[in-house]
Amino acid sequence: MTTSTDANKKVGMSEESNLPQRHQVGTIWQVVFQASTIIGIITLTALLYNIVNSAFGYVALESKVDPETLAINDVPLEELPKEDLVQILKDYVSAGLFRRFERDKPFENRTHEEIYALIQERIIQPEIVSTWSLFDSITKKNEIFSQTKIKYPKAELHFVSWLNPDFVTSPQSSNPLAAGVRTAILGSLWTIGITLLTAFPLGVGAAVYLEEYARDNLLNRIIQTNISNLAGVPSIIYGMLGLAIFVRTMEPLTSGAIFGFTDPTTANGRTILSAGLTLALLILPLIIINAQEAIRAVPLSLRHASYGLGGTKWQTVWHHVLPNAVPGILTGTILAISRAIGETAPLVVVGASTFITFDPESPFSKFTTLPIQIYQWTSRPQGEFRNIAAAAIIVLLILLLALNASAVFLRNRYSRRLA
Amino acid sequence: MIINTKNRTKHSIEHQGDNPNDREIAIEARHLKIYYGDFLAIKDINLAIERQKITAIIGPSGCGKSTLLRAFNRMNELVPTAWAEGEVRFLGQNIYAPGIDPVEVRRRIGMVFQKPNPFPKSIYENIAWGAKINGFKGAKAELDTLVEQSLKAAALWDEVKDKLQQSGLSLSGGQQQRLCIARAIAVNPEIILMDEPASALDPIATLKIEELMHDLAKNYTIIVVTHNMQQAARVSDFTAFITMDEDRAGYLMEYGATDRIFTNPREKVTEDYITGRFG
Repeated sequence: MTTSTDANKKVGMSEESNLPQRHQVGTIWQVVFQASTIIGIITLTALLYNIVNSAFGYVALESKVDPETLAINDVPLEELPKEDLVQILKDYVSAGLFRRFERDKPFENRTHEEIYALIQERIIQPEIVSTWSLFDSITKKNEIFSQTKIKYPKAELHFVSWLNPDFVTSPQSSNPLAAGVRTAILGSLWTIGITLLTAFPLGVGAAVYLEEYARDNLLNRIIQTNISNLAGVPSIIYGMLGLAIFVRTMEPLTSGAIFGFTDPTTANGRTILSAGLTLALLILPLIIINAQEAIRAVPLSLRHASYGLGGTKWQTVWHHVLPNAVPGILTGTILAISRAIGETAPLVVVGASTFITFDPESPFSKFTTLPIQIYQWTSRPQGEFRNIAAAAIIVLLILLLALNASAVFLRNRYSRRLA
Repeated sequence: MIINTKNRTKHSIEHQGDNPNDREIAIEARHLKIYYGDFLAIKDINLAIERQKITAIIGPSGCGKSTLLRAFNRMNELVPTAWAEGEVRFLGQNIYAPGIDPVEVRRRIGMVFQKPNPFPKSIYENIAWGAKINGFKGAKAELDTLVEQSLKAAALWDEVKDKLQQSGLSLSGGQQQRLCIARAIAVNPEIILMDEPASALDPIATLKIEELMHDLAKNYTIIVVTHNMQQAARVSDFTAFITMDEDRAGYLMEYGATDRIFTNPREKVTEDYITGRFG
C-alpha cells in the first residue's frame, strides 16, 4: 500500500488513487436520484390515499320517516307491489302534490323503481348527519357505532362507497346521496372530442409545415419562438381569449344559431363547442412542439432514401416522415389531452355550468366537465360533497387512464408495424 | 495540407485510352462549382463519366467527394444553403437548367447511401414503393415481377424470396445495402450513384457489393465514392482523384483509367494519396 502511494505521488493523480473516490461520488448521486424517486412515490401515494380515504366510509343517515314503519304485514318497503307503493305515496304526500305527480307522468306508466325513488325522495327523505373517512371506518368502527347511538339515536349507520354505479350514471343533484357525474363525464368527453378533432390536425399540420417546408428565416424563427412561449401561458389567459373570441365574437357559430340550431338549453355562446375550441387553443402549442420533435427525430437518411428514388416532398412527408413520426406525435398528443381533460380555470371563464342535470346532446349544449364538478363540490360547505368530489376524482383518474391507455395502445401498434 | 514532394516513385508503364472525350458519355460536369452558403466546396470541376462503366471518386476526407456525387442528381439541394454554378449535362441537357425538375433527375439518377437505409416497411414494399410513386400502373402480378427482377439483379432474391413481407430492417447490414440497391434499380434509373456503399459493412458483405457492382455495370453507369483504395482499384474502370487546396475547396486533381491512375499517376499528389502518404 505504501509503495503504491509513493508511486502515485511520483506520477501525480494516478487512476488507482482516486478510483474509490470516484465510486463514492457515483454512489452519492445514485442515492440522491433514488431519494427523489421515493419522494415522488410518497407524494403520489399520499394523494391517492387522501382521495380513497374520502371516497369510502361510514355514513349516519337520519330518515324523516323510518322505512320500517312503511312496511305492510312485515313485507319490507322495496318488495311491496307497485299498487301498495302508490297507495303509500298517496297517504303521505299532500293531495295537490300527488295530482302533480300524476299529471307529470301517470302512475301506471311509472316503473316500480321510479315510484320507489319517489317515496325515498318525498317521504323517507334520508339525510346525512355525519360521515367518516375510510381509515376511521376501519380503525374506529366500535367508537363510531357507540358515538352515533348517543349523538343521533334515530340515525342508521351504513358503509357507503361514494363511488358506485349509480354515481357514474346519475345526473347532478343537490342531494349528495343522489348526485352523480353522468353529465360531467359526457361533458368532458364531448369537450375533449372537439378539442382533439381541432387541435390534432391543426397542430400536426403546423408542425409539418414548420419542420418540412418553412425556410429558416427571421419570420419563421419568430413564429417558432412564439409557439414555445404560448405553451407556457397560464390557462386562465386562454379562458379569457376563448370568452372573447368563441363565446362573444363567434356567438352565432358557437351557439349553433347560424345552422338554425335552437337548443332550448343553450346559454348563448357558452357551449361545448366554445369550451372545446378554447382547450384546443390551449394545447395547440403543446401538440405542435411535440409533433415537431417527433418529425425532427425521423432520420434524415430516410428522407434521402425517398428523394433518391424520385419521391416528391409531399410523398416523402406522407409516406415516410409522418408514419415514422406517429408514435412520437401520439405521445405528445397524450400529454396534451391529459392536460386538457384536467383543465378547470379556462372553462370557468368560458362559462361552464356548475349545475345541470340533463345530458349534453350536441356541441351547442350547455356543459359541465369533471374538473368543474369536482371544483364546485369541494367548495361546498357540507362535508359529504367532499366525499362525492373524491369519488369524482377517481372517475376522472379512470377516464384519464382509459384515454391514455388507448393512445398508448395505438402508439405501440404503430411502432410494431414499423419495426 | 501536407503534400510530400519528395520520394516520388517513377512508373514506367503509361496506359493508353485515357481520354474520356472519345467515349460515350453518360453524365458530365462542366465548370461545376458548389457552394454551401459562402463556402466554396467544389471549384470548377470538369468531369465526364462514361456510360456503363464504374467510375470511382477518391480523395482525402472533407475534399468534397460526396458533394460532387450528390451534385449529379441534385441531392445537394436538400441542404438548404447549398447552391451550384456551372453545368451537369445528362442526356444532352443541363440538369441545373431552370425548368428541370429535380424529382425527375433523381428518378433517372438513383442513389445508394453510405449507411444502408431501407424503409421501415416490408422487403416487398421497399422495392415496390419507388415504382408506385413514380406512377407504376401495372397489375399486382407485374409489380411482383418487378420486385423479383430487382431483387435478382441485386443478388438478394434467393436470400429473401420466402420472407418478402418481413421488415427490411430485419435483414443483415449487407443484405440491407443490397436491398437499397435493388430499390434503386426498381425505378429503372440510368445512372446509380453510390456514396461509400460498403464502408459500413464487413469484408464479406463488401465483397458481395463489389461483385454486384460489376454485374450492374453491364446495364447501368455507376459512380462510386470510396475511401478504400483497394476497392477503387478492384471495382472501377475509371478513377477521379479529388483533393482540396488551402481554402478547403475541392478540385479534380487527376482523372483517368483506374489501371493507369493506380500504376502510373501523372500527378505527384495522386501518387502520394494512393500510396497512403496523406489523406
